Amino acid sequence: MSTQTEEFEPFNTDEIEVTRPDTVTVTLKTFRFNAETDYLPYYKHYTMEVGKDELMLDLLNRIKWEHDGSFSYRRSCRHGICGACGIKVNGRATLACKQNALELVELFGNELLIEPQSKKRAVKDMIIDKKDFWDKHAEVTPYVVADVDPHPEHETKQSIEEFNKFLDSDLCIQCGNCHYACPVVEVNEDYLGPAAFNAAYRFTVDTRDEAGRERLELTAQIGPGVWDCVKCFECAEACPKEINPIEKITKLHNMQFEQGVAKPNVATKHAEGFLRGMKKYGYLDEADIVSYSEGYLGMYKHLKTAMKMMKAGKIHWHSGIPFIDSVPKIKNLDEVQKLIEISQTHKL
Amino acid sequence: MSQLHYALFTGCTAKQSTPELLSSTLAVADKLGIKITILEEASCCGASHLQDFDEFLAHVLNARNICYAEKLGLTMITICNTCQLNSAMTKHALDTDPELKARVNEKLAEVGLEYKGTSEIKHFLYALIDDYGLENIKDKVQVPLSQFNIAPFYGCHNIRPSELHHNANGGENPYNPTSLDNLIDALEGHPVDYSHKNKCCGFHVELQANHTSEVLAGNAMVDAIDNNADLMVTPCPLCHLKMDTYQDDVGKVIGRDIELPVLHMPQMVALALGCTPKEIGLNFHVQKATHLYPETA
Repeated sequence: MSTQTEEFEPFNTDEIEVTRPDTVTVTLKTFRFNAETDYLPYYKHYTMEVGKDELMLDLLNRIKWEHDGSFSYRRSCRHGICGACGIKVNGRATLACKQNALELVELFGNELLIEPQSKKRAVKDMIIDKKDFWDKHAEVTPYVVADVDPHPEHETKQSIEEFNKFLDSDLCIQCGNCHYACPVVEVNEDYLGPAAFNAAYRFTVDTRDEAGRERLELTAQIGPGVWDCVKCFECAEACPKEINPIEKITKLHNMQFEQGVAKPNVATKHAEGFLRGMKKYGYLDEADIVSYSEGYLGMYKHLKTAMKMMKAGKIHWHSGIPFIDSVPKIKNLDEVQKLIEISQTHKL
Repeated sequence: MSQLHYALFTGCTAKQSTPELLSSTLAVADKLGIKITILEEASCCGASHLQDFDEFLAHVLNARNICYAEKLGLTMITICNTCQLNSAMTKHALDTDPELKARVNEKLAEVGLEYKGTSEIKHFLYALIDDYGLENIKDKVQVPLSQFNIAPFYGCHNIRPSELHHNANGGENPYNPTSLDNLIDALEGHPVDYSHKNKCCGFHVELQANHTSEVLAGNAMVDAIDNNADLMVTPCPLCHLKMDTYQDDVGKVIGRDIELPVLHMPQMVALALGCTPKEIGLNFHVQKATHLYPETA
């Protein structure tokens, strides 16, 4: 028995450095709004002594219990599982029940700005209308689609390797933190968003699923699909389950090419077209990538900018004629050419 | 302090549309006595787009670039946030996944190279701040930037994902970054505090989602202008290209007149160290800083 207790070593308290004072005075500048009665939102300040073990959810509770019973927010499990209590603190997406309050005080100072995930969707205080999130989530068919024998003799087994393909995408709790941290969701109403893409990835790589091609076709569309991702990594930072949605977005991009779903368009040609310059020069050919991606007819959109760049010397003549031989060559270019030849896994 | 020596990964932009980024980087290094060896063998990093097409191939090509810094036994510095991100992502992937590293090295062996994982990769901004030191830079300032309100624009790929960059960027927090603000302070300029300093400029969807791209760039620029910025400064040439060359179009989409010179981080440092605007290529900007430096007209 003694060897067993050694294996399951208890929590080592020596490793935890507690340098914070026991309590800190914190002011919560809190977003207040009731869509039924208020014309505009306003901010109320609540000041309280915050202990070192208190979570952001504890502070929301204290606003409601000690200051104003009408303060509204969603909460349920208190264990980082239900995904109800997503809010923003100083612009940072936060799952209130997982986030230590004084950690944020250390980062942002003694006044914390407490806001809903999306101010424009606010219904009452921290509560927002998540309809767009759920609609987009539903759009990617976020479940296993399979023709299943209702009375199977065996369970449909998954090997460890097959299970590992999901990566961590299965851990999503649909809290919406990544979705409402995504700047594209704010600008492009059709964009499915990082949480929906994560779900699309999760079920497309599931070996039991048969709807992968439909999901790849949906996410390949310019507008709603992955090609509108701006690569800001806000989603990776916002996720309380450390899922890294943008990693799944890159996987979806790759799968579209691997499975022949990607059709030549401005975005796919832009991705694949990097190789054109790299094969010739080692560098990207900045002028060629635009004309190749847009097609010669599409180039008219960029003429004005090109003229401005040429005037400023950004497209320059001193190293050759623009569009023809102005890109310098790297040393040992043959290595890059050889590596592309032997390492490229698919074509457009 | 012993002389700092780095292997410089220039990236494509500094060799093509932003020659002023390379010249100002070398000017800063020269003024501060930092030795730079340019990796002339290094290819494009893929800029996240090649990664979308073929992630494995992108890892192979980035690993090759890193090999050349390893051969020199030097830390590789980048002058583009996106080069930094993609090089660091490859390094992280290979250093944590022995199976992937073996597959990549199998390809590299065909051209006589091997990725070992011995070189660090960091952006020049953090080499200046963490290795050279702000106090030391402060001592070298010849032309204080005290007459300017300068809006720091951090660029996504230096600060996110924080987990990846944590060791190379001095633990910068993506929600409350301070490095550029501190650098502006050290050069005696006035850093502009505005909420979009750590947001996205939209560069990467310029072609396929032009409207999104213009709105994101516009939001940031208007925010900087409304907080009294005379200049914007960024460590990323892609942010620079988006905000400098497309300023007119961005203004049209946002419905505002936007006139804001966007400097590369090394240009700002070089100006304070006494370089002339011409030396560091301010004339290569579409939005000229003529109201600040008439000689660039």
